[in-house]
Amino acid sequence: MLNLVGLILLFPLIGAAINGLLGKRLKKDTVGYIACGAIGLSFFIAILVFCGLVLLPPEARLFEKQLFNWIESGSFKAAAGLQVDPLSSLMILVVTGVGFLIHIYSIGYMHEDKGYHRYFCYLNLFTFSMLLLVLGNNFLLMFIGWEAVGLCSYLLIGFWFEKKSASDAAKKAFIVNRVGDFGFALGIMLIFLTFHTIDFTEVFHAASEGGFAVGNFTITIITLLLFMGATGKSAQIPLYTWLPDAMEGPTPVSALIHAATMVTAGVYMIARCNVLYMLSPFTMTVVAGIGAVTALFAASIGLVQNDIKRVLAYSTISQLGYMFLACGVGAFSAGVFHLMTHAFFKALLFLGSGSVIHALSGEQDMRKMGGLKQHIPVTYKTFLIGTVAIAGIPPFAGFFSKDEILLESLVHGNFVYWSIAALAAFFTAFYMFRLLFMTFHGKSRVDHHVMEHLHESPKNMTMPLMILAGLSFCGGFLGLPGASAIDSFLSPVFGGHGHAEISMSGAAVHQSEGHPYLMMVISTAIAVAGIGLAYQMYVKKPELPQKLAGQYRLIYKILLNKYYIDEIYNALFVNSVKKGSLLLWKRVDAMMIDGSVNGVARLVGWFGNILRYLQTGYVRNYAFYIVLGCIFIMALAAFGR
Amino acid sequence: MITITHYLVLSAILFTLGVIGVLIRRNAIVIFMCVELMLNAVNLSFVAFAHYLNSMQGQLFVFFTMTVAAAEAAVGLAIIVALFRNKETVNIDDMNIMKW
Repeated sequence: MLNLVGLILLFPLIGAAINGLLGKRLKKDTVGYIACGAIGLSFFIAILVFCGLVLLPPEARLFEKQLFNWIESGSFKAAAGLQVDPLSSLMILVVTGVGFLIHIYSIGYMHEDKGYHRYFCYLNLFTFSMLLLVLGNNFLLMFIGWEAVGLCSYLLIGFWFEKKSASDAAKKAFIVNRVGDFGFALGIMLIFLTFHTIDFTEVFHAASEGGFAVGNFTITIITLLLFMGATGKSAQIPLYTWLPDAMEGPTPVSALIHAATMVTAGVYMIARCNVLYMLSPFTMTVVAGIGAVTALFAASIGLVQNDIKRVLAYSTISQLGYMFLACGVGAFSAGVFHLMTHAFFKALLFLGSGSVIHALSGEQDMRKMGGLKQHIPVTYKTFLIGTVAIAGIPPFAGFFSKDEILLESLVHGNFVYWSIAALAAFFTAFYMFRLLFMTFHGKSRVDHHVMEHLHESPKNMTMPLMILAGLSFCGGFLGLPGASAIDSFLSPVFGGHGHAEISMSGAAVHQSEGHPYLMMVISTAIAVAGIGLAYQMYVKKPELPQKLAGQYRLIYKILLNKYYIDEIYNALFVNSVKKGSLLLWKRVDAMMIDGSVNGVARLVGWFGNILRYLQTGYVRNYAFYIVLGCIFIMALAAFGR
Repeated sequence: MITITHYLVLSAILFTLGVIGVLIRRNAIVIFMCVELMLNAVNLSFVAFAHYLNSMQGQLFVFFTMTVAAAEAAVGLAIIVALFRNKETVNIDDMNIMKW
């Protein structure tokens, strides 16, 4: 069954090709069926592959399928091969599973759009790229997937490219990602220089057995460069600014980017390279630090945003921060676990917000919502489940994963990490319930015209919501503390060094008996406090937020304007680059390069102008030149030597 | 005694006359005749060498040359007639269209 793994990649690619090339001539229904069918089949094969992997004994759970020799140049070899191990099999399940639901949802959501086939072509291509990233068995193949994901995000964010803001957001996403990818590419080159191979298995084997001391300088540089790539793709400080703007794309795309694909790539990559990261305590500190700070930073911005999708965008950044914090303290499986549960509830929340926006004919401002509970009950119920899950209330999925990260950050990290993460968790609970209350509860602030068209979304949109709600509810039971199925499943990948870690944490936990349960109570209390505050402010006393905003004007303004980071970046980087480019264009390109090219042409023209007088048009003259030539040659033959 | 040198010198003189004629004369027909003169100068040296070396190859070549010359005469005269019909002259100074 493991041999089928190539088909997982093949189906979305075929779907993209059919819809991209022939989509214009196909009926809308056919386009939808092809796209969903491709991902559906891919999901089915992913399940088969997963089952095939589970049937193997835990030590043997690594399968590599060599497709062909891709590049062979000197000592550089890159094979196109696919790798199935617990980590990648989990990822393909999440990518194809959640992706499949988003595809189905899109049929309803995008039905009126004239770029229907284009949309599904991109969507399939996006899934294909992400699967390639996850399944590739070497760094270069992963990089190809990595770049293709970036390209598809560009195409999808700028899907409504007639809108200036959309095409700007697409460019921003692409360029900001490019900064990170630059680091990633450098990292791969340094890996090849150090290990003379880019194959995952060989690199990690060499790293663990090759006598690299912990804290080795080269490894530190490699991991920092790779992490730079991860900050770009997974929207961490300092390269997170593209993600909130990416909301310009269609809502299902936001769900796909935020939940199943793209932003998880960075976390996956770090989890994949855990052997390298474990060798560099310094990088681990950087990863954990950036993750923790991002989690808090983005959550604080989310507190005051009014665009429903923007709140979710900042919450994504914040949750990704959690994942990096988990990776940074060495709890890779906790990070991947949170990645999975986050995929469920974030896809649910985005699709739910899409359903809200759909019902309100495109309105995204929460100040113009409210009281939608009765009008769109299915959306409300599923959205509520998603909100509770992300806020971290037991027994919903988000609770288990977030609680594990909080616990690990305290056990393996330190109190500072824990307190930052806990504060961010409080913020998360607050802003998510603020969103819920502002959208669904209270008095309706909806426009009259919009009110008349208010309707629940069609079946093909609510069905995915319900399935995702189910997953958000029970997804957490895979990682019950103490008997975590995810932990033991992933342990072959994070094994080796991880065993020492686990036993160490076990010891630490044993020392303070009841520690994890106390933590659970604390994190639940934090979430409940956040929810309570939101309830007070947005249901009980709706005038309170206004008053607070008035009282703490400065803080409110800073938060509302996202710490002015975009403005700072514009002033520091964008404008200076623009100025530099202008200089290069006007002076270097237009004057020097064009000048020299034109100068050469003019010189040749000038010489030609003189030489053309040799061409008289009289055959007689030409004959004379021939004779002269003959005489010259004969003279050469006679006296030349 | 007439040696091979005499033949070759005569041949060279005839060839040079032909070349100079091609270069300095204006009348297309005269130029054409000069070309024939050059061909025949070469024929002369071929025959002389054939005799001197006791080989038939040189004489064989002469036949080829004469055949080519005959064909060339036919084509060349036809061209000159065609030119004359167009330009009403055979003065090659009036034919300078082979330039930029």
